[in-house]
Amino acid sequence: MIVIIDYNAGNTRSVMNALDRLGAEYELTDDAQKILAAEKVIFPGVGHAKHAMDSLKNKGLVDVIKSVSQPLLGICVGMQLLYECSEEGNTDCLGIIEGTVKKFDDQKVIVPQVGWNTNFLTKNRLFQGLKESIYLYAVHSFRADVGAHTISTSTYGTEYSSAVQFNNFYGVQFHPEKSSKDGQLIIKNFLEL
Amino acid sequence: MLAKRIIPCLDIKNGRVVKGTNFINLKDAGDPITLAKHYAEIGADELVFLDITATLEKRKTLVSLVTEIGKVIDIPFTVGGGIADVDLIEELLSNGADKIAINSAAVYQPDLINDASNRYGSQCIVAAIDAKLIDDEWIVFTKGGTNKTELKLIDWSKELVDRGAGELLFTSMDADGTKAGFSIEALRRLADEVNVPIIASGGAGQMSDFTTLFTETKATGGLAASIFHYNEVSIPELKQQLMTNGVPIRQ
Repeated sequence: MIVIIDYNAGNTRSVMNALDRLGAEYELTDDAQKILAAEKVIFPGVGHAKHAMDSLKNKGLVDVIKSVSQPLLGICVGMQLLYECSEEGNTDCLGIIEGTVKKFDDQKVIVPQVGWNTNFLTKNRLFQGLKESIYLYAVHSFRADVGAHTISTSTYGTEYSSAVQFNNFYGVQFHPEKSSKDGQLIIKNFLEL
Repeated sequence: MLAKRIIPCLDIKNGRVVKGTNFINLKDAGDPITLAKHYAEIGADELVFLDITATLEKRKTLVSLVTEIGKVIDIPFTVGGGIADVDLIEELLSNGADKIAINSAAVYQPDLINDASNRYGSQCIVAAIDAKLIDDEWIVFTKGGTNKTELKLIDWSKELVDRGAGELLFTSMDADGTKAGFSIEALRRLADEVNVPIIASGGAGQMSDFTTLFTETKATGGLAASIFHYNEVSIPELKQQLMTNGVPIRQ
């Protein structure tokens, strides 16, 4: 079973619609046992990092997410929360991946970034069947530095990590569920990991 | 590189797509779901749905339309048109809308922008502004362009951004329906004063209007309705021409 983590901070409907279009079965849940038993875990997120972390804490899901051993895909704020901390509200995050999530420099670029940006993909099973450089849709004011676990980069004023992988934890800053056919393929690839 | 966005706007009334010239003389231009799917397939970067229905059934039909659109559309879409309460915003977002455009309601209850952006994030709150040039000053209008306010475009835009709007959708009432090009001067002035993405609306008549928009202003999106609905401007051809002119565009 695929589970989508339900913690009142995600664009869950869009993710569910994307899974429906792929004909995948899934459950939206905040039940720790179901999350830990799932074959794949999708961890969506929109809005403020602090609110999202608070909501995870209130639901007792912080340690649950950290102990997921199956493939997990964090989307947008879901990706950002995988890092140690975020400048957004000076929030301590899950600390699964090293690094700090920082704000785009609003002296240099329009913030938030809204729209389709070019992503330079590395060879990774998540990107199987895609070109090396593709446009994907993103909406965000914060971003992670390029680091050892970066699997895709984009540039907006500065180069940043548009996707990351550390062991079974995957994160994408863009919204695959809103990125047309290429985004759909990324979700499909994730489900087939 | 971040691509400039081509955004068809679907004006919806009683579940059907309509578009008038200068907000009157509405014509039927099709079924919203069919049209939305078509636009997503031919390369529209985003869609905007403005519901101009003014009946009691509006809420129910709008929520069900948004639900249906979300099922078939795999690109972002914004919903607007008389949205004036946080409960409806929540209902639309939770049923699949990516962003909510707030226009007149922001003028009458500006705290709605703060409330909505605090609760759901600035990224999903688009402040829509209709304005008209009067005595060398861009003045904000509400209620579908029928009601003149005291607000000036730049001051009001800054306030909306301070209150939490993550994006501005500026419609030039002077240009709307004329097909004589976007209001470039106003867009330039606006972009100098606010640092959120600006979607330009009103005046697009031909492909070169988009080239002018994206090369002479900092607007990141160009919105149009009837020229797309009646295929006077083809989106694939438009994108090709923009690319030829060096504008970053998603292929």
